[in-house]
Amino acid sequence: MTALLAAPALASIGLGHFLVLSAVMFALGLITAATRRSAVAILMGVELILNAAALNFVAFSHYSHGTITGQVFAVFVVVLAAAEATVALAIVLAVFRGFRSVDVTDVGTLKG
Amino acid sequence: MPGVETFVFYGLAALILAGAGGVAFSRNILHAAFLLLLTLSGTAGLYFFLGADFVGVAQILIYVGGILVLLLFAVLLTNRIGDVRMSNRNVGYLTAVPVVLLVAAFLTTAMALGNWARSEAVAAPTTARLGDAFLREFLLPFELVSLVLLMALVGAMVVARRAVRDRGDASEGALPAEAVSGPASLGTGGTP
Repeated sequence: MTALLAAPALASIGLGHFLVLSAVMFALGLITAATRRSAVAILMGVELILNAAALNFVAFSHYSHGTITGQVFAVFVVVLAAAEATVALAIVLAVFRGFRSVDVTDVGTLKG
Repeated sequence: MPGVETFVFYGLAALILAGAGGVAFSRNILHAAFLLLLTLSGTAGLYFFLGADFVGVAQILIYVGGILVLLLFAVLLTNRIGDVRMSNRNVGYLTAVPVVLLVAAFLTTAMALGNWARSEAVAAPTTARLGDAFLREFLLPFELVSLVLLMALVGAMVVARRAVRDRGDASEGALPAEAVSGPASLGTGGTP
């Protein structure tokens, strides 16, 4: 680990480090949203994806000579994620009441 | 010799990836919800690391304090709490894993090979400038997003209210109906 960190590209933290980290976080969120059966778990995957995007915004903002726009968009992402989670969880509760399940493969009818 | 910021970054990155990996692959949905806490807190730490102090605090307040608690409520309301092992089943690993691996490989190589400018950013608090930007350049989106929040609030209320109104004829299932009526009854209190 220390030998790895001694390499100059890995030791000094730059924009690329944050971008790679958020790319991996995005991929994990994508796999969560794609493979889960529970609607709540899918929502967790969406939160991971949004979080990765917001991290990218803040990292770009920090490494672009002190412009603030990226942070503004990160705040918007957080606020819209909150709104999305509220409505989505209300829908999840309504679906659970109708189908007695939040398994998205069970909820297959258009006419409740 | 790597400085302290290197260790801080890799520590927070390990925290984030451990949490995200747990969310993606945990067999227990309650564990996944708590591991999401790790990821969100680690991201807040990275925001502080990047000098975005307001965004970091907002992340902790809204994500960890709000969304995560909401998610936990949803997990507990839609699973039988008596169940020791709340399953978190998956579907379609066979197609999803190769596709996601392809996307991940493409994204990470593109990000790692990109020739990003290495500007030495100063680590100074940015809250004052952020507030300035919100009230000058981004005033219209700032006001619009408050409208979006209001609509989300009312929309969630409407969806939950219908659940309460139907409670009389759908008399089975005491647990979720009781639980739904808690927050939603605030909205129905004034109506006859």
